[in-house]
Amino acid sequence: MWIYEKKLQYPVRVSTCNPRLAKYLIEQYGGADGELAAALRYLNQRYTLPPKVIGLLNDIGTEELAHLEMIATMVYKLTKDATPEQLKEAGLEPHYIDHERALFYHNAAGVPFTATYIQAKGDPITDLYEDIAAEEKARATYQWIINMSDDPDLNDGLRFLREREIIHAQRFREAVEILKEERNHKKVF
Amino acid sequence: MFTTRKQYEPYTSPFDPCPPIRVKTYVTAPNLYVGFQPPNLPQFPLREALMKGTLWQVFYDPYYSPYETKTKGDGS
Ligand SMILES: [Fe+2]
Repeated sequence: MWIYEKKLQYPVRVSTCNPRLAKYLIEQYGGADGELAAALRYLNQRYTLPPKVIGLLNDIGTEELAHLEMIATMVYKLTKDATPEQLKEAGLEPHYIDHERALFYHNAAGVPFTATYIQAKGDPITDLYEDIAAEEKARATYQWIINMSDDPDLNDGLRFLREREIIHAQRFREAVEILKEERNHKKVF
Repeated sequence: MFTTRKQYEPYTSPFDPCPPIRVKTYVTAPNLYVGFQPPNLPQFPLREALMKGTLWQVFYDPYYSPYETKTKGDGS
């Protein structure tokens, strides 16, 4: 069960009317390494991992939903007032024909989201290594979006999201360390 | 001095069609170096931590576009 807080994890500000940025950001919405893929991956894998690390996947999977909401807000702000002409210029006319200004789960190239983006192998180390890779891929994607974006306020939000990916990768790496530890061998600090 | 930005020089040919990018950079984020987080690491003040995206100073590694001019865009 979840408790919903009617606010964003981090304030989303967008200062330029540039629908093209929405085209880039949608990668993190419905792309292979996006926030939806991340949330679904962790919240699904958590059932079959050792109890010591289930809570971690629960927490991170939940946070990814909050990130998804931030991306959705960014995309919405960038497109809600754009004219069909502006959307056309931004290369969003195929999106407009199918969805008008509605958001949809596809990547920057328009490929719809698929469950084949994620895996649950049932082998704890395999699953955690996939999760570490997913976080690093999301971090890299944020870097490439920041490189393509000239909106300082938007980039501020993207930097926050990227920092969270660093932390998530760190925690997944620690989860691997926990599972590697020998039984009855307590780590002393 | 330690940095989480690494550089290498790719091969460039005298016949490259575009002006070559001589130095490429990539990121090696702090999570690669810390291992299992040791206790008592320095923290940011709480309000600052909320905005930075981490409580722990060691993991804070913001990325700026090398093309971003308004802030401190040096890619580091
Ligand atoms: Fe993440």
